Amino acid sequence: MIASIEQLDGMAAEYKQKTGAYSKIVKICCGTGCISSGALRVYEKLNEAIAAERLTDKVLVKKTGCHGLCERGPIIVFGDDEILYQTVGKRNLDDDIRLLLKTVKDGTVVENLLYKGEDKTKRHVSPRDIPFYAGQTRVVLALNGVLDPEDIGEYISFGGYRAVHKALQMDPVQIIEWIQKSGLRGRGGGGFLTGTKWRSCRDASGEPRYVIANGDEGDPGAFMDRSLMEGNPHAVIEGMIIGGYAIGSNHGFIYVRDEYPLAVHRLSIAIEKAKEQGLLGANIFNSGFGFDIKIYRGGGAFVCGESTALMSSIEGKTGEPRAKYIHTVEKGLWDKPSNLNNVETWACVPHIINRGWEWFDSIGTPQSKGTKVFSLVGKVKNTGLVEVPMGITLNEIIFKLGGGIQGDKRFKAVQTGGPSGGCIPGEYLDMPVDFDSLTKLGSMMGSGGMIVMDERDCMVDVARYFLKFLVDESCGKCTPCREGVRRMFEIVDNICKGNGLKGDVEHLEELARAIQLGSLCALGQSAPNPVLSTIKYFRDEYNIHIEQKRCPAGVCKALTTFTIDPEKCTGCMRCAPECPVACISGEKKKVHTIDRSKCIKCGTCYDVCRFGAVKYE
Amino acid sequence: MVEFTINGKKVEAEKDEAILDVAMREGFDIPTLCYHDTLGSDGRCRLCVVEVRKGNRKRIVTSCLYPVENGIEVLTESPDVLLVRKTVLELLLARCPDSEVIRYIAKEHGVSNTRYAKDNDKGKCILCNLCVKTCEFNVGVTALGMSGKGPAKKVTTPYGEPSRVCIGCGACVAICPTGHIYMEDRDGVRMIWNKRFELARCPKCNRYHAPVEQLEFIAGKSGTPIEELLICPDCK
Ligand SMILES: Cc1cc2nc3c(=O)[nH]c(=O)nc-3n(C[C@H](O)[C@H](O)[C@H](O)COP(=O)(O)O)c2cc1C
Ligand code: SF4
Ligand code: SF4
Ligand code: SF4
Ligand code: SF4
Ligand code: FES
Ligand code: FES
Repeated sequence: MIASIEQLDGMAAEYKQKTGAYSKIVKICCGTGCISSGALRVYEKLNEAIAAERLTDKVLVKKTGCHGLCERGPIIVFGDDEILYQTVGKRNLDDDIRLLLKTVKDGTVVENLLYKGEDKTKRHVSPRDIPFYAGQTRVVLALNGVLDPEDIGEYISFGGYRAVHKALQMDPVQIIEWIQKSGLRGRGGGGFLTGTKWRSCRDASGEPRYVIANGDEGDPGAFMDRSLMEGNPHAVIEGMIIGGYAIGSNHGFIYVRDEYPLAVHRLSIAIEKAKEQGLLGANIFNSGFGFDIKIYRGGGAFVCGESTALMSSIEGKTGEPRAKYIHTVEKGLWDKPSNLNNVETWACVPHIINRGWEWFDSIGTPQSKGTKVFSLVGKVKNTGLVEVPMGITLNEIIFKLGGGIQGDKRFKAVQTGGPSGGCIPGEYLDMPVDFDSLTKLGSMMGSGGMIVMDERDCMVDVARYFLKFLVDESCGKCTPCREGVRRMFEIVDNICKGNGLKGDVEHLEELARAIQLGSLCALGQSAPNPVLSTIKYFRDEYNIHIEQKRCPAGVCKALTTFTIDPEKCTGCMRCAPECPVACISGEKKKVHTIDRSKCIKCGTCYDVCRFGAVKYE
Repeated sequence: MVEFTINGKKVEAEKDEAILDVAMREGFDIPTLCYHDTLGSDGRCRLCVVEVRKGNRKRIVTSCLYPVENGIEVLTESPDVLLVRKTVLELLLARCPDSEVIRYIAKEHGVSNTRYAKDNDKGKCILCNLCVKTCEFNVGVTALGMSGKGPAKKVTTPYGEPSRVCIGCGACVAICPTGHIYMEDRDGVRMIWNKRFELARCPKCNRYHAPVEQLEFIAGKSGTPIEELLICPDCK
């Protein structure tokens, strides 16, 4: 049991001593991504090998959370960021274990396992040298990939729960003032000032009050919240305890989607361990303040991330939003004052308390403070999670950290903000990334999704893709969203199929405006964004589809034909074996041809031809 | 007491009243579909939207839910209001092409056609949820619910099977604004929500008047002897 700062520090010291006794520390990422690429087998085998060498006392092998490099998993880091290995065990597990053992024994760096840069030749030894990492400012994710998320002692040894202790010495109102002055804004989408929200909830009448963490993360492809919950669950818990104390609440809920079993597992362990140590429960640090946290596993509907739907869902009702003319800070869960924040928002709180609001306020832009985690995916060379200061430019994220566009194709747009975000074209790449500039561009911060697109992405098709998602995820409660979004989809789908009519674009704009104005919740109100932002910046592309029945990116199958230019084809034989339906014929060094009747227009031949001989129109 | 204006006219209201209630009392015409005076509204149909102006800010809200506030200006016919209202009607016309009620209201608001492909699988249901609520709160049995999401959402009994708890009272039929729910009484049998109900005969006039299950349900709840309930309202 920890009841004083001395005891907390004592435990930290004990842990430091314990890990200091090892001559080597090997950190194996056991996040969802790396586990699915085989990290647990690597963990077992390496432990066996180390035991066989009688090195168990000298070498500590531990499981950590996600580094955000999941595509290159399993990831292993030696010591304090000395060496980073990627795709360990992917070719041959036994071979790689032997190689790892070499590094363990004498520090030999295994070239083959090193992270290869975007130019595929340069290998980096330390993660500090990898541009993808070096350009980041890790605050929320600082301990992801460093500590064992299932061991509370580790978190404490890195200064964990000191912020709770400090906060409990402060006046609750002063804490809220700090959060306010830090400029922290919600990381879940809306970007609402966290301090303002806390104050409204504290000032609302009604007992009990609830604090809730939103870990629903419904955006397809996003995984920043999952990584955080899996990799550093105590940070979220610590933030919630502080929030509970400041707001005057003794009860917390963490809402996690059911598809995140590992996050649920790690959070459950963290809660249990915190309770064992007296850091959750009654009378924390002898302050008289008590706090408990329950995990609620959500069914995984996208709309359940919306505040009122989430609360309905916790109450055991259908996950449908309700009108928010009376705010949830006044009447939320069971009609009691409730404060909902995204898990990343909660994880910022201990840092602000520890380092002071001035520190947080010094990072970022005038209106957007601190750092933000993005999931960078799509046609960039380096994909994964990046944590960067607010105000960094899109250019830096995509070209410096992301290493630029795959195959050095032309950048076309970046989609930010999740399914109801928007597409931003090249001329705005120098815009600083913050809440307000993204909104101004017709997109939004959302929860931090960032999908990079190149010349081979059709913007009408992109709009169609997101609309489809939103049609399926609309809860169906209100007419404009339920009926309107599917009609927008029909119109866009028709355009992609070559059946677009003159006036469709104007019709889309009108319908979009009605849906934005008339829908009950933010899902419907923002559902037209993907269409509106692509019309705003790529209107020509819509018009070409409608008037000339052409898809300039060669994506919309009904509007595209692939041919091979006999002038350019060298008969290199590269495309034919790659064609999934074997409809390319030709002999070596002779011009190849495509059988149009069989071609499924997948574009593979175009992508593989090195002579630019494949054309589409 | 709260004071504000509707279309420029000064009005007064009690705190916590919804704009719609005040507007109706003051004689303004705001169309509604999912609002009911005892069951309230969940803000589903979005037909009742109005524009609320507060200083420089304006927003579109559903009048059936928005609580009155001092000093607001409410507009029931602004361009944005008309855009939303007409769009909702055009969308509902496509969803329920056979509904006379929707056709009528749409026409009243200048919408006589829909540009969208007409559905043929939704019947006349506009998903107002009133049947679900009346069954739960007025009848007290919860035989109905909404299932599915997005365009696939529908009103149904559990798993679409004849409900064990439905008493065949027809309250849902009576409240449905569009006449979507099928109910038929023939030869002493009532069919509703795929369930068969034996109808009770009035011992005095010999007419069929209510399902036996409904009368038993009322008897059980109220303690009134079933013999008394068997007598139809006309002969009482
Ligand atoms: C359709 C929809 C889905 C949402 N999904 C999430 C989500 O998965 N996670 C999240 O934190 N917020 C989500 N939000 C935003 C929440 O409603 C809410 O604003 C947020 O959790 C508040 O926390 P914050 O102030 O810390 O951002 C969603 C909103 C909408 C409208
Ligand atoms: S806007 Fe869409 S998701 Fe939100 S309540 Fe209406 S139908 Fe449901
Ligand atoms: S587009 Fe795809 S299917 Fe068509 S010829 Fe090229 S590789 Fe084959
Ligand atoms: S008829 Fe059945 S479903 Fe309809 S209100 Fe009566 S009990 Fe409910
Ligand atoms: S059946 Fe009628 S009452 Fe029930 S939801 Fe549909 S329209 Fe409303
Ligand atoms: S799970 Fe290992 S890097 Fe993400
Ligand atoms: S009557 Fe107000 S939303 Fe239906």
